[in-house]
Amino acid sequence: MNAPSKTRNGISRRGFLAAASAGSLVLMAKVTDGQDVVVVGATKANLESFDPDLFVSIAPDGVVSILAHRSEMGTGIRTSLPRIVADELEADWARVEIVQAIGDKRLGDQNTDGSNSIRFFFDRMRIAGATARTMLERAAAQQWDVAADQCHGDNHRVVHSGSDRAIGYGELVSIAKTLDVPAADELKLKPASKFRYIGKDAPITDMDAILTGKAIYGIDARMENQLYAVIARPPVVGAAVKSYDAADAMEIPGVVDVVEIPKFDGAPLFQPLGGIAVCAQSTWAAWQGRDAIDIEWEEGPNANYDTDQFAKTLAESANRPGKAVRNHGDVGKVIAESDNVHRADYTVPHLSHAPMETPCAVADVKTEGDKVVSCVVTAATQNPQAVQQAVGPAMGMKPEDVIVNVTLLGSGFGRKSKPDYCVEAAMLSRKLGRPVHVTWTREDDIHNDYFHTMSHLHLEAAVDEKGKPTAWLARAAYPTIGSTFNPSAKEPAGFEVEMGLTDCPYQIPNLRVEVGQAVAHTRIGWLRSVAHIQQNFAVGSFADELAHRADRDPYEYLLELLGEDRHLDLEAAGLSNRGASATDYPYDIGRLKAVTRRVAERADWQRGKDLPKGRGLGIACCRAFLGYTAHVIEVDISKDGKLRIPKVWVSLDAGLIVSPDRVRAQVEGAAVMATTQARYGKITFKNGRAQQSNYDDYPMVTMSDAPREIIVDLVDSQAAPAGVGETTVPSFAPALCNAIFAATGKRIRDLPLRDHDLSWS
Amino acid sequence: MTSINVNGKVHDLGDVPDDTPLLWVLRDQLGLTGTKYGCGIAECGICTVHLDGVAVQSCITQLSEVGDSKVTTIEGLSEDGSHPVQKAWKEHGVPQCGYCQVGQMMMAAAMLESNHDPSDDDIDSEMWNICRCGTYPRIRAAIKTAAKEMQTR
Repeated sequence: MNAPSKTRNGISRRGFLAAASAGSLVLMAKVTDGQDVVVVGATKANLESFDPDLFVSIAPDGVVSILAHRSEMGTGIRTSLPRIVADELEADWARVEIVQAIGDKRLGDQNTDGSNSIRFFFDRMRIAGATARTMLERAAAQQWDVAADQCHGDNHRVVHSGSDRAIGYGELVSIAKTLDVPAADELKLKPASKFRYIGKDAPITDMDAILTGKAIYGIDARMENQLYAVIARPPVVGAAVKSYDAADAMEIPGVVDVVEIPKFDGAPLFQPLGGIAVCAQSTWAAWQGRDAIDIEWEEGPNANYDTDQFAKTLAESANRPGKAVRNHGDVGKVIAESDNVHRADYTVPHLSHAPMETPCAVADVKTEGDKVVSCVVTAATQNPQAVQQAVGPAMGMKPEDVIVNVTLLGSGFGRKSKPDYCVEAAMLSRKLGRPVHVTWTREDDIHNDYFHTMSHLHLEAAVDEKGKPTAWLARAAYPTIGSTFNPSAKEPAGFEVEMGLTDCPYQIPNLRVEVGQAVAHTRIGWLRSVAHIQQNFAVGSFADELAHRADRDPYEYLLELLGEDRHLDLEAAGLSNRGASATDYPYDIGRLKAVTRRVAERADWQRGKDLPKGRGLGIACCRAFLGYTAHVIEVDISKDGKLRIPKVWVSLDAGLIVSPDRVRAQVEGAAVMATTQARYGKITFKNGRAQQSNYDDYPMVTMSDAPREIIVDLVDSQAAPAGVGETTVPSFAPALCNAIFAATGKRIRDLPLRDHDLSWS
Repeated sequence: MTSINVNGKVHDLGDVPDDTPLLWVLRDQLGLTGTKYGCGIAECGICTVHLDGVAVQSCITQLSEVGDSKVTTIEGLSEDGSHPVQKAWKEHGVPQCGYCQVGQMMMAAAMLESNHDPSDDDIDSEMWNICRCGTYPRIRAAIKTAAKEMQTR
């Protein structure tokens, strides 16, 4: 891997341009700050002078290369985005080669996180493909001396509508590369009815490599002459090495060196935690060496972190007046004057990402004296530009000079957009003067995660004589993700409360959302669907509680709560809408109600009333990552409390869908992941140390306790593409707990379920 | 000098300590990185290989326990991805990130050798591998498809 230009994964800019200058047509879509797309052709004399942004390359032999600039961690994005380009290009998918991009800010956003990839790049990919097709059509017109509007790209060739002439794309390269690049307004995008790949399924591009064990993940990345490192990190965040004895470690065969990594200063950011690294000839030797080191730590203030105690602190914070972050009407007055107020508190513990592949990276740093002259990192990363930004300063380099190759990711869920492990590899390589590959053990991963926060939600509603809420108060207390970047951040941020609280879709005349203070004592990170996890659990459960309190059917009650078909006034509610425009991405209550109706219909909701005790249906809905979704979950609970989930129904309206089967797969997967979190998810701390270590004490659902059947219903839509990967996590847990209530009469307000006795008689 | 037989080929391992887990011998000594690390304590099944046709977790199988047994890894399951489980996995679009799927397929392949018609309960109890992407429903379907092909072999 130390010759990245020869590999498909991590091909270097130089390598790509070398291929291009050998006679290919190369197009580059330049992403400007204003988010407009300007396409420039790399066809003039000096290829090196052009910015290598998003691009398509067509070689004289007709092979089309498409750059995949987002990371593949299981969504299929390495297939889906290139297929958008190929569709507009009218390329034959069998003759397309996908090239994984290095980190490069000129490519635009590469942070494969936040369910943004299709939303951000759908239009840009179409323009890139259409630009190339248009130039090939014009080239054919020139060759045949006919009007360009008589020439049409069609399955890897241009055909002439006035005759039976046709010519392959490869044969047109030599002319096409001499042409001016058309302006965006000269392009004719295909109508949806002509889509060849968009909306149609294909195996993911890495399928065969995955099935034969040839796929390369971060843990498999190799550089010539590399050492393997395993690191003893501080048991408490912010602890530093006081002293250590590496004599026993150095005795272990294969151990080459033992190196101290300094503790980070200031906010954790993406800096290494510090510790003692053992570098060896194999992972196993390094691991054994690591375990043989005797270390004394200066533990620091976080050594007092105890989640049993912290739960009380959070409960207090959530049960006293906080800072209002959304307010309309007069909630305080209505609740004070009501004689019918419902109150409930909900808690969710810390969670760990625990991706199947632990964080792994290999780095090759070359120095002259004390100065770093080059740095190549190959890693399973969701965000190669964040790797550049974290590794650059640590090496005394400009971020853009750090070369970051991206492997496949053995899942990520947000963990691998935080590149502390890449900085570790670079620091060790610099010190040892040769490539070093860092592998986190599973214990390292679970002890030292950027954890999902620990939360307490307090909800209150005043209800009228019909049981409908006239006032609604939600108050949240949890350490904010912001604390990882700024230690003085002590309350949930706007972007966090917008995930289920301030974006409340219910039509209630008086509504107030408050945040309480909570200080972080560990690194807080974002995990698939982020604050939706706790907030939609609370909101979705509370709606069900109100329905039962009013002796109403929860589904019908939910539709009434959602109210009239309307667009929420985003500005009045102070919502960022994930930066998306209200025109393209309105908050459309009609669409939310539609998915709720669809899922109820598919699950045959009404039969829920006739189910025997121990069985029940639960429902919940939400808008998340700009997509709309609803779940109905069926549970079957034995008298002794054993929970089975025979069926899950999910309806999803995510706007236009590029790869339906990959969307279905992610929706199925979200249900399984949400099941794990609801049933088992719990990280606790004592003396500042995470108490769980591995999959034995931080269990995952497997085949036998996952939902048996997950029935996915996708809404056929031409609306702007919304998020998918995270969208269907949030309404799962409340629907599940609502089903448990329907089956047993037991209301679960504190996750995980395994802390509760679900038995009934 | 220790040697092992992997995918029909005998490898001399030099002076690798015989308490080294097979997983790291395969990955770091032999460069067979198709077999993955997930937990190191046989809780996730991701490192599953066959020892004389029986599924074992290579992360807790010491080199000394391998002896003369024949090790089969994903690289040796078939020459060209044509094993019935590999074909069925493709047909059902099982992989998401793909990282655990090698272990899932090795586990399923071993199960299907001794049980040509696994029931849902059999699959529940035999297939205890972890998949964080949540591909279980498709794995179940793919096993049933692969079983049909193996019945007619």
